[in-house]
Amino acid sequence: MIQPGTPGTSTAAETPAPAPRLPRRRGIEFTLILLAVLISVYGYCAVGLAQHGTLPPGAVHYGAGLGLLALLAHGAVRLRAPYADPLLLPIAVLLNGVGLVLIYRLDLETPGEREAPAQLYWSTVGVALFVAVVVLLRAPRLLQRYTYVCGVAALVLLVLPIFFPPLNGARLWLRIGDFSIQPGEFAKVLLAVFYAGYLAANRHALAFSGRRIGPLQLPAGRVLGPVVAIWLLSVAVLVLERDLGTSLLFFGLFIVLLYIATGRTGWIAVGLLLASLGALAVARLEPHVHSRVHEWLHPFASIDAGQGAGQIAQSLFAFAAGGALGTGLGLGHSILIGFAAKSDFILATAGEELGLAGLSALFLVYALLVERGYRAGLALRDPFGRLLAIGLASIVALQVFVIAGGVTGLIPMTGLAMPFLAQGGSSLVTNWIIVALLIRISDVARSQYDGSAAP
Amino acid sequence: MSLPRDLGFARRKGTRAIRRAAALYALLLIALLVNAARVQIVESSRYGDNPANRRPMIARYGQPRGDILVDGRAVTGSRDTGGLLRYERTYRDGPLYAPVTGFASQVYGTTLLEAAQDGVLAGTAPQLAPMPAWNDAVRGRSPGGAVVTTLDGAAQRAAYQGLAGRTGAVAAIEPATGRILALVSAPSYDPGELSGTSASVTRAWARLNADAARPMLNRAIRETYPPGSTFKVVTAAAALDSGVVTDPDDATSSADPYLLPGTRTRLTNEASGCADASLRYAFTWSCNTVFAKLGVDIGLRNMRVAATAFGFDDPALRIPFAVAPSTFARKPDASQLALSSIGQFDTRATPLQMAMVASAVAGDGTIMAPYLVERTTTRSGRTVSTAEPRALHRAMSAGTAARLRELMRNVVEEGTGRNAAIDGATVGGKTGTAQHGVGNSGKPYAWFVSWAQADDAPQPAVAVAVVVEDAAGERGEISGGGNAAPIARAVMEAVLNSRPHPLNSPQHPRHCSEPACWGGAFAR
Repeated sequence: MIQPGTPGTSTAAETPAPAPRLPRRRGIEFTLILLAVLISVYGYCAVGLAQHGTLPPGAVHYGAGLGLLALLAHGAVRLRAPYADPLLLPIAVLLNGVGLVLIYRLDLETPGEREAPAQLYWSTVGVALFVAVVVLLRAPRLLQRYTYVCGVAALVLLVLPIFFPPLNGARLWLRIGDFSIQPGEFAKVLLAVFYAGYLAANRHALAFSGRRIGPLQLPAGRVLGPVVAIWLLSVAVLVLERDLGTSLLFFGLFIVLLYIATGRTGWIAVGLLLASLGALAVARLEPHVHSRVHEWLHPFASIDAGQGAGQIAQSLFAFAAGGALGTGLGLGHSILIGFAAKSDFILATAGEELGLAGLSALFLVYALLVERGYRAGLALRDPFGRLLAIGLASIVALQVFVIAGGVTGLIPMTGLAMPFLAQGGSSLVTNWIIVALLIRISDVARSQYDGSAAP
Repeated sequence: MSLPRDLGFARRKGTRAIRRAAALYALLLIALLVNAARVQIVESSRYGDNPANRRPMIARYGQPRGDILVDGRAVTGSRDTGGLLRYERTYRDGPLYAPVTGFASQVYGTTLLEAAQDGVLAGTAPQLAPMPAWNDAVRGRSPGGAVVTTLDGAAQRAAYQGLAGRTGAVAAIEPATGRILALVSAPSYDPGELSGTSASVTRAWARLNADAARPMLNRAIRETYPPGSTFKVVTAAAALDSGVVTDPDDATSSADPYLLPGTRTRLTNEASGCADASLRYAFTWSCNTVFAKLGVDIGLRNMRVAATAFGFDDPALRIPFAVAPSTFARKPDASQLALSSIGQFDTRATPLQMAMVASAVAGDGTIMAPYLVERTTTRSGRTVSTAEPRALHRAMSAGTAARLRELMRNVVEEGTGRNAAIDGATVGGKTGTAQHGVGNSGKPYAWFVSWAQADDAPQPAVAVAVVVEDAAGERGEISGGGNAAPIARAVMEAVLNSRPHPLNSPQHPRHCSEPACWGGAFAR
């Protein structure tokens, strides 16, 4: 970061110098993208070498495909968002590339079900939408006009799957022939826009009106009503659809944005209270949730009962087998997890084959993505953009925590896709849109830079 | 990051909230990292050892198992099945070598050498890795190493063919070193039937365990038999070492029949002329009466000292797998001591133990620790460990051993063991026909223990023990000389023929085919 007046150069702040133009740093972005593509190709080759002792036949195509996609995205950023944060796109390329490697690696264990080609196809769709957002969305704050449209659209998307047959016990998919999408994934972005738009418009009312109960100052129902209504509806729909991970994510997002918009600690308390009540009620009423909690507390209960290792136990075995440095790509046995090894449990493959070192690196890359989102938000004066950037970054952060914590036994397992890594088109496309929005916001933030605050 | 001063209260408060939310995410990240370290480092081995975790099995069978070598040739192999537990064990001449190799089964685990040398064969032994510490850190597994046995293939085959169709066992040792040259148990089984995970493995296991002939019992080391008259070698050594007999040609004052002390049981002989016979005559013709009385004259204490010196009552013997301890009665009365001294009552011995008895006589009174593994190597042939012959017991004085060699030669040259004689070699032996069962109702066991020395060799090359449980013929016709001695002779001949050089001492390897001689393993 450029820090005018860094410690040690005390005189710089005295003279009112003309506002310096920020460097665009597209070269850095290009180099980092190249590095991300190379890392992915290297991983792809390592899998082939470990499994068959030869370079995998598709390595060139895979590298060329990923490289081409990355270059297209880079070109769009260079043209339309020249001041954007140079780390966001390389991170997305790296995570998408590593995800493709992991899915390709697991495909080798399931010759009947190849998912990597479809994932590459979805990556293309994701990058296309990324380019579309970067090119077409001139100013992110224009989205604020569509606050209520987004809210309603999010609800519609969430409700839609109820009219379709369930898949694996959850109603999350829209299925038309062989083609299935998960509209709940897209609803995340829309909901973030709605929250950001509404809270930005009403933040003063939320912060300063309402009754005071003890140390807590509650806002007037008139202001809060629509937000809580939307939130309650979305969570209710998700509970009906049995998508607990996403309800947890929406709830967390709501609390965080409400707190940031109003700056009132009381909201955290109210939120946590509501959350515990909700969790208790759901755990009581839903056998599905009850079993998840039981499996979290006693991952080896099924072994003691003589039924073999359950999914969580297999996931823990996979992480444990990785140790500090991992078995090496292509040399683990995370496929023993069985169902959802390529989607919800994809992180177990990373943990086993790349070890604690690789897993920590992945966590830090996600942390970096979130941090860049936050920074973009902090640098903006426009409250809507600010809330939107932080909301989008929070979606990534909460999602990573809920699913990574679930598969490593830190919290009960709830189905969520590991952003960019997990197999699943809707999630991948949504994440590319999130990164596109963050890039647009950071471009605005840094091009507005007037020297008063570091971007 | 510095904040602009002109912003309003809400913005400052909002920024603070953003920072707090960011701090919350940092906490979540730390929680993830700490928990990942817990699962992957702290609890790693606990999860790894969980019986429901299949990874250890997958890793174990994920590479070809190292081979067990006899005469420089592998008697084992590996078959790639392409399955989850990928490589299955195969055996060349499985039944022949089963009492040495044991089995390596995906379902039933490992036994014998497959178990005792599992670290080398499976590639987990740290010495196999060029850099053990690095291997440990990256959890690497070396390719399976090779186990070079001491077996003499020709002797093993001779023993196996000699026992064909019978129930029994053979053990042969090189007296100067303790190398086990043959270890055979009959009937045997094919350990390859237990490799793999198919239903046929389960069926084979059930069939082999239900078989009344007990083919998986390693009779050479895991079954003890009453040694009968072959135990007279021990009693004779005790008599000479304790001074009860000073000259083998002096007459012993012993009655025929002999009234067991404190009883009215009269002990008789198969042979004639045993009354007051000399030790030499009694040994050559196997007089029960003389040795029963000698045992009583020597006394319990000295008899037990002698038996222990010969290796009886040693539960710690490993070759490298465990050998069932042979026993001598602990607190017999006088009549029981008399019977114990002729290898009956509570005296029981494994065939390997009786081969050690013969080996003690052949080796000037010293018993070398018997061993089966000459060397272990990495897959590429680098030596990992080499056996070092070591003395296990001093069974008797060298003088007593020399006298016993003479007595045992008498047995083969003119006594009950003439069937064991070999042209061009000096052979010493002792027959045994052991009674067993309630009231001695069982078919007697035919025993023969012996050693052989080529005429041009400085020392005996082989000591052998043979037991046949179900010798052919009527009860009265069964004898060690008739049923067991021919097998012993075939084994001894095989050993003598497989050593063309007269100087066959531990300094000169018998077998030097590849890869046994790579890396100058026999430098010492």
